[in-house]
Amino acid sequence: MGNVFEIRDMSSWFGDHQVLKKIRMDIEKNSVTSVMGPSGCGKSTFIRCLNRMHDMTPGFRMSGEILLDGTNIYSEKVDPVYLRRRVGMVFQQPNPFPRMSVFENVAVGLKLNGRKLSRADISEKVERSLVMAALWNEVKDHLTQPGVSLSGGQQQRLCIARALAVEPEVLLMDEPCSALDPMSTAKIEDLIEDLSEKYTIVVVTHNMQQAARISDQVAFFLMGELIEMDKSGKIFTNPSDKRTEQYITGRFG
Amino acid sequence: MKKHYGEQLAGLREQVLRMGGLVEQMTRRVIQALVERNVNLLAEVRSMETQVNQLHIEIDEACIELIALRQPAAVDLRFIAAAMKINTDMERIGDQAINITQRAESLLAVPTLKPLIDIPRMADIAQEMLKASLDAFVNGDDALAYATILKDDEVDQLKDQVFRELLTFMMSDPTTIPRAMDLILVSRHLERIGDHATNICEDVIFMVKGKDVRHQGPLA
Repeated sequence: MGNVFEIRDMSSWFGDHQVLKKIRMDIEKNSVTSVMGPSGCGKSTFIRCLNRMHDMTPGFRMSGEILLDGTNIYSEKVDPVYLRRRVGMVFQQPNPFPRMSVFENVAVGLKLNGRKLSRADISEKVERSLVMAALWNEVKDHLTQPGVSLSGGQQQRLCIARALAVEPEVLLMDEPCSALDPMSTAKIEDLIEDLSEKYTIVVVTHNMQQAARISDQVAFFLMGELIEMDKSGKIFTNPSDKRTEQYITGRFG
Repeated sequence: MKKHYGEQLAGLREQVLRMGGLVEQMTRRVIQALVERNVNLLAEVRSMETQVNQLHIEIDEACIELIALRQPAAVDLRFIAAAMKINTDMERIGDQAINITQRAESLLAVPTLKPLIDIPRMADIAQEMLKASLDAFVNGDDALAYATILKDDEVDQLKDQVFRELLTFMMSDPTTIPRAMDLILVSRHLERIGDHATNICEDVIFMVKGKDVRHQGPLA
């Protein structure tokens, strides 16, 4: 299938504190990769490096390379705004724009990206994104309502629709379900499985059952190191590293 | 890329059925070989066993992976647990069919001792039980499972009958002993197939009702 991301000896620091240590990882196209590990293991820092979310963080620096389709995303030639259009992000807390309607929340990325689109084009893309985010049926009659009037689970799917509207190749999700109830979580998990037919998805989670349910590949991080990455079936039945086994059996973390 | 949970469960059900169909056919073919004195059918039975062994491994792998990755609960958990146990019973049924194949090979190499009547009857009932147990599994039909368990007595009685009859052959003419012994073993293997079908029914009742009916004597 080929790799979307190739991460080569990536280390990163906040000031003097080294957060990630020589990470090497390949992320396959149209797969779901979960990144799991105990708090402070560097998993969120890692995923944020994949679309340069730390660029403005004071004291942040990194070494090594992150290749997206063979191009180092930290090279000077790469425009971070363009990069983030290809590599979208969904956060832990659903964060629809408070003053915008459901429709505007999804359309906003299209408008901000400066592409000249007709109103009909925008409507069509908004609808398609909401359909893909499995939200359309619930909101199609309420498109002018404020985005924040939706339930938490709906808001999160609205944020996923917003991310999908600009047609990214990769979707990064940082704990997308940890603020949601079990039913909404199940919906998002189903959605992740469906979306992986078209998109490459990287999910940070400290819910290892969730990682088991949704992932093709699972990466286990511990104290800034990538301990093990393998097919989820392998990781959860017979992991290679003792520390992975201890983590997933609840011996620590 | 990953299949949905529901599809994975449906896939597992289909694998169990495929394996059930195979062991059912193995049993039917080997008895047919004995009755029709047709050695050629035995090769077919052996080739089916290879597929059964492959499925035995695949079904266990699928179950373990489902448990590890999906954290099944309630009826799904009981379904997967039942599938694992039924898997073992089906594989043993395949083994029993192979045991009968071995007996058939020696029986078909010598003249027939007597026309076979009770053994085909036993085989019919055992096969019926097996088929019913798998139908009960697919349809979640605990009533059918209960009814099927009760049939096991008929198989047991026929086994005793076969034994008594062949004993008289052996007592009156010791040269019949090798053939009679082979037939007694065939009846014992068929009886074991009935026992495995009974186990499958018990697993189905557990799957449907969450109730363990094993080791409780005759069913109420």
